[in-house]
Amino acid sequence: MNKKKRTLSDANLLLLITIVVFVVMYACAVIFLGGGFRKAQMFFNILDANAGLVITACGMSLVMITQGIDISIGGVVRLICMSCAVNLELQNGTPFTAFLIAMGIGLAFGVVQGFLVAYLEIQPFIVSLAGMYFAKGLTTIIHTNPISVTNEAFKALSKIEFILPGLGYYNKKGTYINTTIELGSVLAIIVVILMFLMLRYTKFGRNFYAVGGNKQSALMLGINVKRTKFMSHLICSLLAGFGGFVYFMHIGSAATSNANGMEMNAIASSIIGGTLLTGGVGNVIGTFFGVLSLNTIQNIVSSIGLDDAWWTGITIAAMLCLFLIIQSVVMSRTKKK
Amino acid sequence: MAKNTAAKKQNPLSSLLHSQMMIPLVALALLLVFNLIMDPTFFRITLGTNSDGNPVLSGNLISALNNGSELAILAIGMTLVTAASGGQDISVGATIAISGSAMLRVLCGTESSPSSLAAPIILGFLVAVLAGMLCGAFNGILVATFRIQPMIATLILYTAGRSIAAWINNNQLPIVPGKAFTYFGGFIPGIPMPTPFLIAVLCIIVIALVMKFTNLGLYIQSVGINENAAKLNGLKPAFIKILSFVILGVCVAVAALIKCSRTSTINYSVVAQNIEMDAILAVALGGNNLGGGKFNIWASVVAAYVIQLLTTTLYKFKVSSDALPAYKAVVVILLIVFSSPVVKEKLSQISKRRKAAAKEVG
Amino acid sequence: MKENAVLEMKNITKSFPGVLALQNVDFTLCEGEIHALMGENGAGKSTLIKVLTGVYNKDGGDVYLKGKDGAVSIRSPQDAQDLGISTVYQEITLCPNLTVAENMYIGREKGWRQNWKKMNADTNRILESLGIPAKATQQLSSCSIAIQQMVAIARAVDMDCKVLILDEPTSSLDEQEVEKLFGLMRDLKAKGVGIIFVTHFLDQVYEVCDKITVLRDGKLVGEYVIEDLPRVELVSKMLGKDLDDMAEIKGEGQEYTGEGAGTVFYEAEGLQSNAGIQPFDFYIKKGEVNGFTGLLGSGRSECVRAIFGADHVTNGKVKIKGKDVKITNPLEAMKNGIAYLPEDRKGDGIIGDLSVRENLILAAQVLRGFCRPFSRAEAEKAADEYIRLLEIKTASQDTPIKSLSGGNQQKVIVARWLFAHPEYLILDEPTRGIDIGTKTEIQKLVLKLASEGMSITFISSETDEMLRTCSRLVVMRDRKMVGELTGDDLNQNKIMSTIAGGDEA
Repeated sequence: MNKKKRTLSDANLLLLITIVVFVVMYACAVIFLGGGFRKAQMFFNILDANAGLVITACGMSLVMITQGIDISIGGVVRLICMSCAVNLELQNGTPFTAFLIAMGIGLAFGVVQGFLVAYLEIQPFIVSLAGMYFAKGLTTIIHTNPISVTNEAFKALSKIEFILPGLGYYNKKGTYINTTIELGSVLAIIVVILMFLMLRYTKFGRNFYAVGGNKQSALMLGINVKRTKFMSHLICSLLAGFGGFVYFMHIGSAATSNANGMEMNAIASSIIGGTLLTGGVGNVIGTFFGVLSLNTIQNIVSSIGLDDAWWTGITIAAMLCLFLIIQSVVMSRTKKK
Repeated sequence: MAKNTAAKKQNPLSSLLHSQMMIPLVALALLLVFNLIMDPTFFRITLGTNSDGNPVLSGNLISALNNGSELAILAIGMTLVTAASGGQDISVGATIAISGSAMLRVLCGTESSPSSLAAPIILGFLVAVLAGMLCGAFNGILVATFRIQPMIATLILYTAGRSIAAWINNNQLPIVPGKAFTYFGGFIPGIPMPTPFLIAVLCIIVIALVMKFTNLGLYIQSVGINENAAKLNGLKPAFIKILSFVILGVCVAVAALIKCSRTSTINYSVVAQNIEMDAILAVALGGNNLGGGKFNIWASVVAAYVIQLLTTTLYKFKVSSDALPAYKAVVVILLIVFSSPVVKEKLSQISKRRKAAAKEVG
Repeated sequence: MKENAVLEMKNITKSFPGVLALQNVDFTLCEGEIHALMGENGAGKSTLIKVLTGVYNKDGGDVYLKGKDGAVSIRSPQDAQDLGISTVYQEITLCPNLTVAENMYIGREKGWRQNWKKMNADTNRILESLGIPAKATQQLSSCSIAIQQMVAIARAVDMDCKVLILDEPTSSLDEQEVEKLFGLMRDLKAKGVGIIFVTHFLDQVYEVCDKITVLRDGKLVGEYVIEDLPRVELVSKMLGKDLDDMAEIKGEGQEYTGEGAGTVFYEAEGLQSNAGIQPFDFYIKKGEVNGFTGLLGSGRSECVRAIFGADHVTNGKVKIKGKDVKITNPLEAMKNGIAYLPEDRKGDGIIGDLSVRENLILAAQVLRGFCRPFSRAEAEKAADEYIRLLEIKTASQDTPIKSLSGGNQQKVIVARWLFAHPEYLILDEPTRGIDIGTKTEIQKLVLKLASEGMSITFISSETDEMLRTCSRLVVMRDRKMVGELTGDDLNQNKIMSTIAGGDEA
């Protein structure tokens, strides 16, 4: 009945749309807005500012592929920022101990949430909702006032920058300005690549897709569904820990309002990147472009003079709406074929 | 059939044990017992007079009933949306801002602090209802027609809602003049019960009548459980899903009325913040499957008040409002763990084994 | 263990809340034999298989496998696979979002690396050798159901298994595909694999099987060598009683002679839907039973779906009792007195979590209107009446329908439509996947209803059933109506030749 070979699978088509839209959007910004957008540094600034989000969004995509959701990551990142800041400033910690704390928090949340979701079969939304409440509440119990980090070693670490050869430009005075990229961005790109390889080229990674596609079938096919679900939440929380540390490195301070709404940005980025909340379809490369698209549009909005913070919300929502409708149309069309 | 009713009568306890009401009722009982042990004065209710000389009831229980009302009203709509669409609406907080803002726009006109109402309160409320229904219809159409997962579809209004609310009133925070408007979030002169609770009771009565005299329940459950089968039985799944979102929109408008009345104004960025999470929690605590299908509105409503009672209890123990979520989370997780089917099964197995062992010994 | 037995199950017991699904069941499978597992729905076949494959954990009993000392413990499907037990289930248990190749290999290979190249090449080789028209890199959801089932079979066959379980694998395959599958089974048998075959098609049992084990009500009835057990005896063993001679059913139906007999109830001209069928003309008279026949995918279901407005109707004129009407959705069809029992009971028929009563009144309730719900008493009375009338076996009216056996679920759906009092009832494969007893009951009911003046369209993949019930057959081929048979033409040979397209005229 349906022997015609389809050249593009649903997943690849969605990824392609995401990348094309991002490229077109960025190109339009370069052509019509010019200014900062003509410089490569603009692109890397967007990346630097969102390195933490890229990492956490990768984890979010993984959970979503496995048909779960984790809305605790914003809270976890906030908790990590505050804990690390307290460690560095009030307990004479080192960047290394701060990093250990970040990963430890991620591990703890991952193990508990993963256990509740996978082995006690509680809905992931509720588990991570409680996780979010817990993390946010705990943050204020640890410390309520904002902390600015002054630890020298940490500052040195967060100031590490890499020069990207060949992408610099000459300013008006004729001096060559290098285009640079922060350590956090490099780490984010490494995470994206590792996650991509894991999801594509290991059996461990493919299991996530199988479980997300059809849990019952995956069980019958001999996959350990519970362990796979557990791992998806564990990895997501660990990435929230790592991403939280990268985010903390970038902002260099902690407050009880940090990372507000980060989970929603991560979900939005995953969706724009072609991950379906129904599970089984998604790709971290798409998520990477999702984060970039989301933030490029914010930059575009502010550079055309709609500086009001309200506008950001409306444009992001409009963009999300657009992508959702595109996805919905694509999926229903391929289904009909 | 006679046999069945007989079986039912034989074991009313076990049928209650398996009913959905079990979880919220047990949670309620635990909270009450906990308070009774820790400090019996928790239950004290006093009749006093407020600054206007009207009789008002006060006390922890009254405050829980008062402050939990918005949540209970939202829980009604959220339960229906969950059952019909198998997903949740996370935009309710933002849409409260929108419909509240629309209401203030009507009541205050373009002035930020008018000396008299620009329009009757009822008109303002109707506009708020209309705004809520429009938001609901928008969400519903995305979900039903474009087949976007509810949580994601409502993410759009969640992101944009508060911005839209600010835009409606040109980013001003108008203050509604007059005493009459404050009655909805406070006390009506002569009636000592807080009005929000009365409004919630009214909403519950209305929905109970709707459930009794229409097929809303059957239709929503059919669509939520098996959309294809519902369609082949002459139902229109898309319409029913949109309808459930529109009903939630009405609930949102009622909640917005109470919220705005409490302060006589609206703060777009913080009004009803995180209320969507509490509303979803109420649905889940009520034992409803978040994946849609069978539902029990009363369990959700009770659960909403349980959540508020928990908050009140924690305040009583001097937990700061910022740290509140952490304690709430612990309680919620404990409740959910013990009500999860897996744990229940394990527990019943253990008790069976104990009984068997006891028999052998005996 | 017995000599040359590959699998022995002893005293297997399994209970679910309120049901004892298996009581001390023994089962032995020998090397190189095809062993049919027979029984009515609810007899415990599926439970036994799920115990064997680790989906359910048994409450009691032991499983022995050749080459393993002592009883083996199977706690998950993965354990079963590791022990060399592979399974093809009735419902497709593959992941629609993955490629064909991944579905072939996922969950059963050691190592951590996913070698796409090798996997795709291996898959293409296997698909080719089995003659399955699919590509390794194709997404599974883009394959037809039959091909998906073939992929599941290919996966099971490719595993180096000692025991192969086929749980109703043929229900979505057409005849050629079934033949292919049987060839495969015989090859495996020659290699010494023990095969457990579950099916409702008696013909298939007698075509390929060596032995039969019969279960009834969760108990073992016995194990028989196929030559020693004639069909009639097999059926009576499954039912636990002697079967009425099914061939006699037709005699019971009396032609409707009441008011309006012989007038056309429904008439369509050039009807077409978006489901890809050629425009067709169709009519049915009052009190008539007609049928649609044709191979799987020939467009039988699509035709009746178009009549009921279940698919998007794009073209055509419809008359009911001579009056022009427009039917574009199920509600309009229902208002015009048409009822439709869909082919896919689970996907389109039952509302799983709702009670038997709610399922039963649904259609009538929708017709009655949103604001006029049945009172509790009315609903209970109706449910009671139909539970008795159709002999539906259910613990109570409040039991969720999903916990009923397939045959009883089907009866509830039939009752749902009868309660809506239609004038024209369309039954699309009402007898698929249900036990023989219920099959017969449904056929009898069809004839009875017709004799009372209801028009009925009856579709079944089993031609015998259609021959017994229908007085007129519409033959479909390649989504087109190619012929109509009545009277003396109603016989197997004529149907086959019309389907094949040998001599139309």
